[in-house]
Amino acid sequence: MSSGHEYPHESTGVETRKLGMWVFLSTEVLFFGTLITTFLLFKGRNFPGIKLTDVYDIPFTSISSFILLMSSLTMVLAHNALENEDQEKTRVWLLATAMLGAIFLAGQIYEFTEFYHKGFELSTNIFSSTFYVLTGFHGLHVFIGVVFLIALWAIGQRQQGLSLDRGMNLEFIALYWHFVDIVWIVLFTVVYLI
Amino acid sequence: MTKIIEPDKRTNIFRRPSSEYGFWSWVTTVDHKKIGIMYGYAAFFFLLVGGLEALILRIQLAQPDSSFLSAAEYNAMFTMHGTTMVFLAIMPISAAFFNYLLPLQIGARDVAFPRLNALSFWLWVAGGLFLYSTFIFGTAGAPEGGYLAEEVGWLGNAPSGGWFGYQPNAGFKYSPGTAMDYWAIGLQILGISSLVSAFNFIVTILNMRTKGMRLMRMPVFTWMTFAVAFLLAFSLPIIAIALFYVTFDRQFGTSFFLTEGGGDPILWQHLFWLFGHPEVYILILPAFGIVSEILPTFSRKPLFGYAAIVFAGFGIAFVGFGVWAHHMFASAISPVAQAGFGLSTMVIAVPTGVKIFNWLGTIWGGKLNLKTPMLFALGFIGMFVIGGLSGVTHSIVPADTQQTDTYYIVAHFHYVLFGGALFGIFGGLYYWFPKVWGKMYNETLGQIHFWLMTIGMNLTFGPMHWLGLQGQVRRTWVYAEETNLGFWNLIVTIGAFILGLSIIVFMANWIYSKRKGEKAPFDPWDARTIEWTIPSPTPVWNFSKAPDIKSLDDFWHAKYDEDEEGRAVRKDTADALLLELEEEGLNPKEVIELPNPSYFPIILAFGLPFLGYAVIYRSISLALAGIVLLLVGSFGWAIEPLEEEFSMKEEEE
Repeated sequence: MSSGHEYPHESTGVETRKLGMWVFLSTEVLFFGTLITTFLLFKGRNFPGIKLTDVYDIPFTSISSFILLMSSLTMVLAHNALENEDQEKTRVWLLATAMLGAIFLAGQIYEFTEFYHKGFELSTNIFSSTFYVLTGFHGLHVFIGVVFLIALWAIGQRQQGLSLDRGMNLEFIALYWHFVDIVWIVLFTVVYLI
Repeated sequence: MTKIIEPDKRTNIFRRPSSEYGFWSWVTTVDHKKIGIMYGYAAFFFLLVGGLEALILRIQLAQPDSSFLSAAEYNAMFTMHGTTMVFLAIMPISAAFFNYLLPLQIGARDVAFPRLNALSFWLWVAGGLFLYSTFIFGTAGAPEGGYLAEEVGWLGNAPSGGWFGYQPNAGFKYSPGTAMDYWAIGLQILGISSLVSAFNFIVTILNMRTKGMRLMRMPVFTWMTFAVAFLLAFSLPIIAIALFYVTFDRQFGTSFFLTEGGGDPILWQHLFWLFGHPEVYILILPAFGIVSEILPTFSRKPLFGYAAIVFAGFGIAFVGFGVWAHHMFASAISPVAQAGFGLSTMVIAVPTGVKIFNWLGTIWGGKLNLKTPMLFALGFIGMFVIGGLSGVTHSIVPADTQQTDTYYIVAHFHYVLFGGALFGIFGGLYYWFPKVWGKMYNETLGQIHFWLMTIGMNLTFGPMHWLGLQGQVRRTWVYAEETNLGFWNLIVTIGAFILGLSIIVFMANWIYSKRKGEKAPFDPWDARTIEWTIPSPTPVWNFSKAPDIKSLDDFWHAKYDEDEEGRAVRKDTADALLLELEEEGLNPKEVIELPNPSYFPIILAFGLPFLGYAVIYRSISLALAGIVLLLVGSFGWAIEPLEEEFSMKEEEE
């Protein structure tokens, strides 16, 4: 990453890793876009067999969605605490964010098991396949995010603490986390509500 | 001046590798030049493999009613030929150029994320080896009503659904062996590799430019790299998801592309070509960039219409996302869609034509210096125009439905990808040979290579137009004597062997010149871009001090003035400037910090094939092995010390 002294590090003025994360997220839009397109394509089809609308529980998923959205708030609070150089608060809010993400994941695992017992399995039909692959792909992203957050929290335990300028950057993880939350808003609307 | 940094004691087990020569220096390197060279050699190896597969196909087709290959073997060979040439030959050779040249052209020390760059390369190697391991571990299987197991043979134990993997043919029912899983998962790994490099190149171009290197002062090759990186970033996610679906269909009993479970095989075609057509531009735009560097240098004129070429490149990249269904005119798509995609296909010829005319404008009235790179660049224009024009004929839907799946199509895309992409690539290999190796290539052998290749290429792919219009079906394994297709097929096969010969000449030239070639000056072509302001071969640290760019073609303007009639006149100071640059380039005045080598990219990359095998063979232990490699790789990556910096001048002082 380092180069000669007179080298300008950032021609655009945006931190290099942050810019990398933005580019990465723009491709993530296409990953989810393709999955959502497939879901919508098959949603309108008239194919016999059990459908998502036969098994889902909207109040339950609404609560877990709310929990995931709240994790964006705690993420902002963590970022804010770090800007104020309050290491302790930063760690607390990071851990809170990771916990909320983990609760969401637990809810998703519970939901999947429930659906499975009701006969809505991965290979039951096209509706179940698209549902599991789409929401599962999002769940995988939440899982990776939780791992990142816990790793960040662990790094924050060290003596130097966290910083906005070096190492695995909090801002950079926060971008990812907010993106994953925004995607869930879209998924919840597309998959459960309409 | 001396800067010796004590290694961080607490992280000693994570000391970074430090060898500068030998095997480990290559395995652990994060230097963009070394990575570029490795990309080049490995991709050239796969180019030879893919070429060998093509020759095997041509031996089978040289005569009517041939029994050289069984149908199963033939299917495997054409599938592997296409897949290899696209994903393992042309894309990575372009990546070799990007890696080597991009930082040099924008005056940077390295790419934005050197370790990610190494990761891209090793992921690509892992994906290629995984795909080719199908010959050892994979099975083709014998579908019901298809060919028999004993006809498959060793060569047939490879994917056989075509490089486009159409469904449901590539599904479990009709391709029951594991070979097609190797294909789907192998491409998945290769795709991740290209995605990672796309992020890296986009960020590098946006953020690592040297002083004064504004966007509109960047060389055209850099611009085309930028366009390709965007194409990769936005098209690969689509194929990645589609390949997920294929793997789920084959392994976990879903039916995304199978009508029995409510799925849709046409969806695969849409997703594949939504990636597949941008992919065509991913293959050709690097060659556009290379040619745009060669033509002005050897015409001794500035590039005609720099801005137009740049914007046309992005025009192609943009419209390239809106033409995919012209691959599907024979599939069930509505007449409105056919008309729409026919129109957009005509539209995409416009920016392409803009480029062609700009290149012609560049050589118009120039003082042409017909060295090998220039010959390849001119050959590129000629061949590409033929391929481009036959391409436009596909936008006429009724004509296309006649041509679809005939040799006419095969002729078309080989003129574009061989006559276009590969000619550009060979031109580039000769052009930058002196910069990479510090030696001159042998001009006579280079010219022989060019003429053999041009003759061979036209003999191979020219007659395919006629064969196609006469009705020879693409992917046909055998044809009957009575069809009268024998004569031209024999010519095609002879042409293919001439191409093989030309590649041998190229290799001989490369090996000979690299050892015994004349020593190259650092600016042998009197060139225009800043990679020629540094010594040949490029020193590890690239630029001794960050170049300060004042205009487009900065190096040219440092050497030349214009007289009243706009002709270039060499400045009196030019020779002194060159001497000064050489002296400066070889002797950096200050400590230069370079990114450290690292073990972790290769460890991380080789985790993925294990996961792939685990999916195919349902093996928990293989999955665990893969996960362990991924964890070791990513954790080691995250905590290996960045502080311990490696200084070029440390030892001297």
